[in-house]
Amino acid sequence: MSQESNQIGKLDWISVGLYALFVLLGWMSIYSAVYNPEAPLWIFDEAFYTSNAGRQLIWIGTSLVLIMLIFALDFRFFESFAVFIYAAFMLALIAVPFLGVTINGSHSWFKLGGITIQPAEFAKTATALLLAKYLNDPQVNLSKWMNQWRSALIIALPMLLIIGSNETGSALVFASFIILLYREGLPGEYPGLLIALIALFVSSLLLSPLTIFICLLVMASLFVIILPIYQRRLPQTYVRIAGAIAIIMSLSTVVDWVVNHVLKEHQRNRIKVLLDPSFDTRGLGYQVTQSKIAIGSGGFWGKGYLGGTQTKFDFVPEQSTDFIFCTIGEEFGFVGVLAVIVLFLFFLWRLLYLADQQRSRFARAYGFGVVGILFFHFLVNIGMTIGLMPIMGIPLPFFSYGGSSLWSFTILLFIFLKLDAHRSDMLSR
Amino acid sequence: MPEGRRIIIFLFFLLIGIIFIGKMFYLQMFDSTYEKAADNNAIRKIIQVPFRGEVYDRFGKLIVYNTPVYDLYITPRKAVVADTNRFCALFGITKGRFDTLTREAWAYSRVKPSLFLKHLSKEDFAKIQDALVDYPGFSISTTAFRTYQSKALSNALGYVAEINTNSLSDQKDDYYRQGDYVGISGLEAFYEEALRGQRGVKYRMVNSNGVEKGEYRHGELDVNSIAGQNLFTSVDIRLQEYADSLMMHKVGSVVAIEPSTGEILSMVSAPSYDPSLLAGRNFSKYYQILALDPLKPLINRPPSAYYRPGSTFKIVQALVGLQLGILTTGSVFTHAGAPVKCHVHNTSHNDLHNAIQWSCNPYFYHAFRKILYDNTQGDTFERSAQGLQRWSELVANFGFGRKLGVDLGNEKKGNLPNVEYYNKVYKGENTWKFSNIYSLSIGEGELVVSPLKMANFAAIIANKGWYIPPHLVKGVGDKKTIDTFYKTPVSVGIDAKHFNVVHEGMRDAVLHGTVGREGKIPDIVMCGKTGTSQNQKGKDHSVFIAFAPKDNPKIAIAVFVENAGFGGFAAAPIASLIIEKYLKGRVDRKDIETKFMNMSYLANVTYNRKIVKKDSLKR
Repeated sequence: MSQESNQIGKLDWISVGLYALFVLLGWMSIYSAVYNPEAPLWIFDEAFYTSNAGRQLIWIGTSLVLIMLIFALDFRFFESFAVFIYAAFMLALIAVPFLGVTINGSHSWFKLGGITIQPAEFAKTATALLLAKYLNDPQVNLSKWMNQWRSALIIALPMLLIIGSNETGSALVFASFIILLYREGLPGEYPGLLIALIALFVSSLLLSPLTIFICLLVMASLFVIILPIYQRRLPQTYVRIAGAIAIIMSLSTVVDWVVNHVLKEHQRNRIKVLLDPSFDTRGLGYQVTQSKIAIGSGGFWGKGYLGGTQTKFDFVPEQSTDFIFCTIGEEFGFVGVLAVIVLFLFFLWRLLYLADQQRSRFARAYGFGVVGILFFHFLVNIGMTIGLMPIMGIPLPFFSYGGSSLWSFTILLFIFLKLDAHRSDMLSR
Repeated sequence: MPEGRRIIIFLFFLLIGIIFIGKMFYLQMFDSTYEKAADNNAIRKIIQVPFRGEVYDRFGKLIVYNTPVYDLYITPRKAVVADTNRFCALFGITKGRFDTLTREAWAYSRVKPSLFLKHLSKEDFAKIQDALVDYPGFSISTTAFRTYQSKALSNALGYVAEINTNSLSDQKDDYYRQGDYVGISGLEAFYEEALRGQRGVKYRMVNSNGVEKGEYRHGELDVNSIAGQNLFTSVDIRLQEYADSLMMHKVGSVVAIEPSTGEILSMVSAPSYDPSLLAGRNFSKYYQILALDPLKPLINRPPSAYYRPGSTFKIVQALVGLQLGILTTGSVFTHAGAPVKCHVHNTSHNDLHNAIQWSCNPYFYHAFRKILYDNTQGDTFERSAQGLQRWSELVANFGFGRKLGVDLGNEKKGNLPNVEYYNKVYKGENTWKFSNIYSLSIGEGELVVSPLKMANFAAIIANKGWYIPPHLVKGVGDKKTIDTFYKTPVSVGIDAKHFNVVHEGMRDAVLHGTVGREGKIPDIVMCGKTGTSQNQKGKDHSVFIAFAPKDNPKIAIAVFVENAGFGGFAAAPIASLIIEKYLKGRVDRKDIETKFMNMSYLANVTYNRKIVKKDSLKR
C-alpha cells in the first residue's frame, strides 16, 4: 500500500493538469458546437446525453476508469506484454475489413454492444510499446542496418494494414516514430532525408520543373565555389553534382507522377485545395474555406463562449471532431488559439523532459513515441484548420469529440505517466 | 545518447508552433474578409415589404387595393425534384427552362433561396399549393400587385412600377433597393411615402442548411414593418366613371370641384387607359404601347395640359374691371372701333351682363383698354405698362401663371403675361402697348391655363371670391390627416358684390345666350361660360366652365374638348350632363347623353411629333 500512495505522489501532476485542462476545453467547445440558443440543454436533461456534448461527457467518465485501470496494473505489465498487445491489435487490424462496420464512410470500426472502437487509434500505442521494448535490448543499435530494418518493420506493419483499410491519414501518424528513433540513436541523416523529401515534394507541387532546375544550378555553383580548390579541379566532383541534380529532377518528376497516378481522386483534390485556397470553395474546398472563415471571424478576443455562429450552425463540417479547433478560434479569438498552442507546446516540452528523465530505455523510448504521436496530430490537425495541411481524418488529441480518440490518447499518455511514476523502480540497463 | 537531440526535436516543434501562430495572427487580426464571410454565412436579412395603402373614393368605396402574387423560391441544397417532368407540367415550364433556372440558383448559392419563378397568380398558386409539399427546398414569398375596382381614375392615380436605376441612385434617404416598387406618377407618386409604409428588416441566424436558429443579437437590429396608409380621396368614383364615359372618343379634360371645400370630385383625362395594364407582369409591354400612342394616354391632362382660356377669361376681365372701379355693371360698349368680331346679338343696351351672356368680344376689347389706360399717366406705352401691372397683380390672385398646389406631381404653372414678360418678349421697356396685347382681353394671346385652373376659377366664381386649393385626397391613413394647406381658404381680392352681375350673366348665357339647347338642364339652375380656345394645332378647342346650383353651389366644373370647336357645342353639354348626374344622381336627358357619349372629335385632332415629344412623360 505504501507503494501505491508513493506512486500517486510521484505522478507528474503538471502533465495530468494539462491533460485535464485540454479535455475540459475540448468538452466546452463540443458543448458550444451543439448549443442551441433557443433551447439550451443542461447536463441534467435526458436529451443531453444524446448530444455530442453529453456523449463526450460519458467518454470522459470512462476515460477516468481507464486511467484507474492503468494505475492498478503493474508497471512491468506494459513491457512484458508489449508483444501480445501489438499482436492483438495487428490481428484486430487484419480482422476489421471482415468484421468491422462502416461509420462516416470509413470501414474501420468494431462494434461491441453500443460502443464503437477504431482499432487503428489504439494500434499507435501498441506500436510504441513494442518499438520501445525492442529498443530496450541493449544489443540494439540503431546505427546498424539490421536494427533499423527491424524497427521499420514494426512500424510498417500496422501502417500497411491501416492503408489497406483506406485510412491513409491515420497511417501517416506512424511516420512520427521517426522522432522516437532519432532520439534513440538513428543517424540524423534519416530525419534530414525525410524533411528534404517533404521539401522536394512540396516544391515540385508548387514550382515548375524549370524553376527547380534553375534553383538547383544556382545552389550547385555556390557549392562549387566553397569547395577546396583541389576538389574543384576533379572531374568526379562535377559528375557527382550532375548526378545529384539528375536524381532530384527525376524525383520531382516522380512526385508529379505519384500525385497524378498513384494518389486517389480525393487525395489529389485535397492537395489541390491545399495549394490553391480559392479552388472550388463550395465543393472540395468548402471545409477548409469554412474553417478559415470560422477562425478568421474570431478576431482578437473572439465572439465569446457560446457566441460563435459558424461552428454552432454547422457551417464547418466535422467541427466537433477534426475541426474542433475552429470553435476555439471563433469563440476565444487569437488569445484563445495562442493560449492553446503555447500550452500544447509546453505540454510536449514537459513530456520530452520527463522522457529524458527515465532510467529505462523502454520508458524513455515510449515517452518519445508518445510525444511524436501527439505532435503529429497537433501539426496536422491545427495545420488543416488553417489551410496549411491537407485535410486528413486526424483529431486534435484530448480536444476532439469521439470515444476511440479520447480513450486511445488517454491510454497512450497515462501508460507513460504510469511508467514515469515508477521511474525510480526501474532498473537502468 | 545525447540529450541535445531533445532540444533539436523541441526546436522543430517550436518552429511549427510559431508558423501556426503567425498564420492565426494573419487570419484573425489582419484579414477582415473572414468576418464578413461569417456574417454572410450565418446571418440572414429578411425583408418584409408591407402592403401598399389602399385608395378609397369620397363615399368610402374602394378604388385601388392589392392582389397578392406569389414568387417561387428555390434553395438548391434542399431542393429535391424526383420527377422533373411532373414538376415542369405543374409549373408550366419546359425541361430546358427548369435546368437553366436550377443551374442559375446553384451558381448563386447552395443554401440561400433564389428566385425561381416570378409573379405566380392566385390561380397558379392554388394549383401548386398542395403539390408544394412534395418538393422540399421550394418556398413561396408573397408580394402584391395594384388592383383597380374602376378603370376611370387611372391618370390621376398614376401607377406603380419597379424603381429605375436613375431614381435608385438619386434617392436621398437610401430607402429603395433594386427591384422595389415605387409610385411613378399621380397620387401614387405624390403620396408615395404614406402609401408604401415602412419596410421591416429582421436579422435571423441560420445554420448551414438555411434553417433559422433564432434572432441575431436578440433582435436589437430588427425593424418592424409599418403598413402603408390608405388614401381617402375626394373623388366620387361614380361621377368619375360617368364623366369618363362622356369623354370617350375625345381628347380633353374634365375637372369638377366642390367649391366649398376645394375637393376634386372628378378629374378626367381623355384618352385614358386601363390601369390594370400597368399593374401586372406585363408592365413593360403595355407601357411601351401606351408611351408610343400619339394621343398620349399616359399624360394626366387636367393639371398639365396647356390651353388658352378663350372667352371664359372674359369673366376675369369683368371682375378685375369692377374691382378696380374702372367698370361698373352699367358700363356700356358698342361693337364699333374694335378689331375683334362678334356674334350676332342684341347690342341695343350692351352692358356687362349682356356682354357676359353673349360673350361679346368688342365689349371686352374696350373694357380691357379702359383697364389698362384709366387713371394712368404718360404715353400709351407707359400707360399700358402701368395698367397691365395692376391688372396682372389682381389676375394672379386667381392662380393664373402659378401652381395651385394640387396634390399631383405634374402640375404646370401656365402663363400669365405681365409687364416683365412683355418687356422680355418685345425686348425692352415701353416697347409695347395695348394694341400689341389686346388679345388678352378675350382670353387669347399669351395666356396659358390648365383645365384644373379653370375649374378652380369656376369654384372661385361660385364662392364669390375665394377658393380652397384643389386637392384629390381628403385624408391620409386611419386618422385621415391632411395638410392645413388644403383646409385654408384663399381670397382672390375681389369683393363678393362684384360677382352678382357675373352670376346673372352666366345664368343668362346658359338660358338664352351662348350655351345651346343641349347645355341646358331644365331643373337645375346652372351658371356657365363658354370659351373657344384658339390653337395652332387645328380646329378650336371647346371650353366651358360652370357651377350649379346658382345659390349655394355644390359643383364647379371645367370641360375642355380638343378640336371640338365653339364652347357651346361640345364642352357645355358634357359639363351639363356631369352636373346633372352629380346633383340629381341620374340624367334625364338621355338623348343628349347618348349623343355625346358616342360623339367623336378625334378626326379633328392633329398632332405633330414635336409636341408629342415636348409633352412626353418627362417631368
